[in-house]
Amino acid sequence: MTTQVTESSPARRANLLERLFRAREASLVLILLALVAATSAVNPRFVAPQSLRDLLLNVSIIALVVVGQTLVLLMKHVDLSVSSVVGLTAFLSGSLFVANPGLPVPVVLLAGVVMGALLGAVNGLLVAYGRVPALVATLGTLYVFRGVDYAVVQGGQINASNLPAAFSHLATGSVLGVPTLALLVLAVMVVFAVYLRSYRGGREYYAVGSNVDAAVLAGIDVTRRVMTGFVLSGAIAGLAGVLYLARYGTVDAAAGTGLELQVIAAAVVGGVSIGGGVGTLLGAGTGALLLGAIASALVTLRAPAFWQQAIQGALLLLAISVDIVLARRAARALQERSQR
Amino acid sequence: MTTPPARTPRVNLGWEAMVIGLLVLALLIGSRLNDAFFTAANLSNLTANLVEVALMALTMTLVVIAAEIDLSIASTLGMCSALLGVLWAAQVPMPLAILATLALGALAGLLNGVLVTRLGLPSLAVTIGTLALYRGLAYALLGDRAVADFPPLWTNLGFGVVPGTQIPIPIVAFVVLAVIVAVALHATPFGRSLYAIGASELAARFSGLRVERVKLTLFVLSGLMSAFAAVVYTFRFSSARADNAVGFELSVIAAVLLGGVSIFGGRGSVIGVIAAVFLIGVINNALTLADVPNEILTIVTGLLLILSVLGPNVAARVRAGSERRRAAAGVKGETT
Repeated sequence: MTTQVTESSPARRANLLERLFRAREASLVLILLALVAATSAVNPRFVAPQSLRDLLLNVSIIALVVVGQTLVLLMKHVDLSVSSVVGLTAFLSGSLFVANPGLPVPVVLLAGVVMGALLGAVNGLLVAYGRVPALVATLGTLYVFRGVDYAVVQGGQINASNLPAAFSHLATGSVLGVPTLALLVLAVMVVFAVYLRSYRGGREYYAVGSNVDAAVLAGIDVTRRVMTGFVLSGAIAGLAGVLYLARYGTVDAAAGTGLELQVIAAAVVGGVSIGGGVGTLLGAGTGALLLGAIASALVTLRAPAFWQQAIQGALLLLAISVDIVLARRAARALQERSQR
Repeated sequence: MTTPPARTPRVNLGWEAMVIGLLVLALLIGSRLNDAFFTAANLSNLTANLVEVALMALTMTLVVIAAEIDLSIASTLGMCSALLGVLWAAQVPMPLAILATLALGALAGLLNGVLVTRLGLPSLAVTIGTLALYRGLAYALLGDRAVADFPPLWTNLGFGVVPGTQIPIPIVAFVVLAVIVAVALHATPFGRSLYAIGASELAARFSGLRVERVKLTLFVLSGLMSAFAAVVYTFRFSSARADNAVGFELSVIAAVLLGGVSIFGGRGSVIGVIAAVFLIGVINNALTLADVPNEILTIVTGLLLILSVLGPNVAARVRAGSERRRAAAGVKGETT
């Protein structure tokens, strides 16, 4: 009797959980589709190839940074410094082109990743080894990295004319109508989504965020996992910095300011829990896409310019509230069923 | 030989003493670096410049001690400043306009509080949302216009000084509020309940504390204080704009954490936070007088924030390590 219960209930629970998550992401996709349908019914130009391209380009950078942020949020930490990492690497990679105009594009992409990883390592050392709460550590490095950015930039800026055509092509070029930049971001997202879903290392992020003590008892090297998470978050933000440069062409010391809140908002709307251990990249990416679509729908619908931010804020708040209420209802249903 | 496990003190006196020590040190160094530093005019200027951050840090201290956070304060300030401007431009009498502004701030805090306590949402998520919402409403109210024609009678309250001295008038208000908040936190059941909730919400609930009501009060107070800071800010610069005080929330949180308040709640004091606010202000002012570029100021703020937590952690670890070694040596000594 008892063996039957212990054997069947975890399996049933896993099955249910899977269905629940699928449902949560499905509801996001439904909201997104409804939004697109409604907006394009009013103004068909919303789904014109050019505006879809713009939407993808605008969302790509945020969606990329969300990947790293998700890794960190899953472990019940947070990385506020990503906006400063994006700004700093965007400028530094631009300076690389100014110094050596003939530099191949992949080299600069790699340089951005390495710079970002180093900055992320600073966060990782502080949180994993220095035991500084992530909120405090990354708020501190948000200031420090931005300060370094201002010190390096010295009031100058990188202009699109400084950049080789092959590099700008990342943002202007496309494959089968999809911008190259968006494809690159999608590739990174898929790689990390598979890693998080099916690899031991990926599952460890969930384990650490669900219950640190249990993770330690299960033999997970939590310190190393946390360190790796922050390094990856930094590296991905570094890559995003290079893509930011490709997308906007003009980069000054204020580039990327405030990005961190948009990124966290996208992750939370996408169902990644601030409490750790819950969320998928599919959801987080959809969250980024939804927020981007809302912003551009408001423009398309000619919402009064000064109301747009307020409407976005209200929708964000609504999304967070609905999400948590649904999650709680699902958890209660799960509990009742397992008691039966 | 067994010592009882050390009780973590609610107020970390060593930490506060250190921040105050650093403040004194910064004042001394500042005066050595530049003769203009210790002049009444400069000190007056220095304190006037940090009054809004100082005001909002008072209520943020209470919020963080109760293990919550309010990221929407700067947006609330912007929204309230915009409302004050709109009302004045619509020729509403100033006392009435100020009352309406304070009411809006309290309402903004109430919304945060209701979402946190009734829906049980994490305050970090809620206030990121309202950070966007309130700033958006500021733009909805005022657009990119600026209202600047406030009557001198009122703007004097913002940038004037107490007659016969160099003390900025808003600082007087700050001192009064600081005393009220300090007494409320350190000498009333309400204050003690904040520490209890921050240390363990579950335990506080089981001891019969009305956790929800206390938290709701905190968020309303935080919104109200942001509205008051908005009035001060608007009069001090004689300008109501939707983008007033963008990014102030991070400065306030940095000051609160540097002042020894634990981000996990349950620990901290008003005096430590005030010392930290002034420490950051003095360092910034001294470096500015020494012609140090602004970016270095940003780096210094960030480093102070990180070191404020890293320092004690490393010290505690070194201490624990040496004790373990001593204990190990003692065991070895007994066996041989």
